Amino acid sequence: MHIVVCVKQVPNTTQVRINPETNTLVRDGVESIMNPFDENALEMALLLKEKHEGSTITVLTMGPPQAEAILKEAVGRGADSVVLLCDRAFAGSDTWATSYALSTAIAKLEKADLLLFGKQAIDGDTAQVGPGVADWMGLPCIAYARSIEIADGKAVVERAFEDGYEKLEVSLPCALTVLKEANVPRMASLRGKMAARKLEIVPMTAEDSGADPEKLGLNASPTRVVKIFSPPPKTGGVLWQDEEPAEMAQKLVDLLKERKLI
Amino acid sequence: MGLKVDLELCTGCGACVSVCPFCALVQREDGKVEVNEACTACGACLEICPVEALSMEVVEKKVDTAVLDAFRGVWVFAEQRRGKLQEVAFELLGEGRVLAEQLGVELCAVLLGSEIQDCAVTLFEHGADKVYMVDHPALKDYTAEPYSEAMSALIRKYKPEVVLAGATSMGRGFIASVAIQVSAGLTADCTELGVDTEKRLLLQTRPAFGGNIMACIICPDHRPQMATVRPKVFNHPVPVAGRTGELIQETVEIKDPVVRLLETVNAMQDEVNVAGAEFIVTGGRGLGGPENFKLLHDLAEALGGAAVGASRAAVDAGWISSFHQVGQTGKTVRPKVYIACGVSGQIQHLVGMNSSDTIIAINKDPDAPIFGVADIGIVGDLFHVIPDLIKSLKK
Repeated sequence: MHIVVCVKQVPNTTQVRINPETNTLVRDGVESIMNPFDENALEMALLLKEKHEGSTITVLTMGPPQAEAILKEAVGRGADSVVLLCDRAFAGSDTWATSYALSTAIAKLEKADLLLFGKQAIDGDTAQVGPGVADWMGLPCIAYARSIEIADGKAVVERAFEDGYEKLEVSLPCALTVLKEANVPRMASLRGKMAARKLEIVPMTAEDSGADPEKLGLNASPTRVVKIFSPPPKTGGVLWQDEEPAEMAQKLVDLLKERKLI
Repeated sequence: MGLKVDLELCTGCGACVSVCPFCALVQREDGKVEVNEACTACGACLEICPVEALSMEVVEKKVDTAVLDAFRGVWVFAEQRRGKLQEVAFELLGEGRVLAEQLGVELCAVLLGSEIQDCAVTLFEHGADKVYMVDHPALKDYTAEPYSEAMSALIRKYKPEVVLAGATSMGRGFIASVAIQVSAGLTADCTELGVDTEKRLLLQTRPAFGGNIMACIICPDHRPQMATVRPKVFNHPVPVAGRTGELIQETVEIKDPVVRLLETVNAMQDEVNVAGAEFIVTGGRGLGGPENFKLLHDLAEALGGAAVGASRAAVDAGWISSFHQVGQTGKTVRPKVYIACGVSGQIQHLVGMNSSDTIIAINKDPDAPIFGVADIGIVGDLFHVIPDLIKSLKK
């Protein structure tokens, strides 16, 4: 079985702060990481590989040359091969153009039996690229997967809803987007780290991927960002402190009753 | 087209590097700035440059306006599960009505499923002028492929200018395929919508970067303009009993589903779901461990059946299942009363709950950001305050 995992390098958004004076994003000192949900997709692939002998994993990312770092991380954890799809022609791609570009790169690889994505990336939070790639490739896609079992060329997948989940069956090849609760991602092994250090990654260009230049980058992207701004700060209400817990508790109950909330 | 750096002018001050939300500006060895593949041409950097070395090169596309003008009407996807319309469908009708009036067009609902005719009546009462219904056995259980096939077929035939779906597991699960199939732009998880009436553009505002920034997005040269909309952001419209509209039953050829439903499991059986709850008590890192969610369940019970929510920190620590998670990567909630206990208030949590009617925060740290959005902030140890609260409630 050949598993392709698509990953994205993202800034660690939990470290991002807003400068209250200029109302702009402070990104200094914020590290670039593998999108956390993609780590779960990679871990799902690694677990499947352990279970199904002879499986191989290719990890693919589209991004700037620096995105190589997350591919090395993936090799450290056990990926067999990696692809860095990197070209200025991809700049400004929205999810439509990104999913197209990724699909052309995947088509250049050995035929994939399973495509895995994180449920969404923490910088854009769109959750659109995984299902988009699947559609470009004409593959069925199950979004929000929390588990997978594969037997006899078929996958049984649990897909989460807002209030529960469903068990679904699908024939391979197919695509999944993976939830965080699916697993706990492993760390890179020492041996893996050694392999990653030696690895030289030759980027795949737009031309290499055979993509139609008319469908790439900002020009081909239907959506356009026209404005970026900071959300208006919400002003707080009253703060009770230096009082006994029991007093504050009683005050709160009285207030909720007064406002007819309870 | 795209962002250009005039290297003659660039002084290498680096001011633009730190304001770029996408890490797309990188200083070379000589300090001057280069744009990399991550640039989305958002323009956030343009004003910050003190020497005007940054500019946006825009190439106007040649678009046949007659083609775009052929698209008319606002559509909402009426999500139903097992014959029950989901709350987000009503919220979309409420907001869709506003947009349709600004554009001077009809508001239409798309109803996909099997034996779902009863839903159409409810949709009319909530503001739909027309309901496009595809009643097909392949649509009985939701799977992405037949749903996107049916939706795409309807869009190709009737050419709406705006298509909205809920940013739910279902909506987000199939609508991206539709956008590819009909070559449309799709904006995810919008929290605010508006209209440029002159250009008939949908102005789609959404949080990004874990809620740290807001982005306004348009789709100038493609139709329909598609967006998913975050649940619980827009109001449920007041239904008008007896209001009717035109039901259009459409026959669409759909391939046999390739994904088969084996079993449905309701994970929230014995619990109140945070997504629709009027009262929510949420626990964060300050709870200290999974066993202390018992305290929150007790408080929830004392409040007469509140839902129990959790911050990302608590879910990531494995203290409680992700069905309870509130925030950018969890659920968006809008209860009457939201009580945050031991939740620090990271922006990614705040965007999921800050439109709650009344927000109460209990935290030891008086500087916790959660107090910035709280109507009532209680600085104190939750392990003392909550038991006292339960006692007072039971009095």
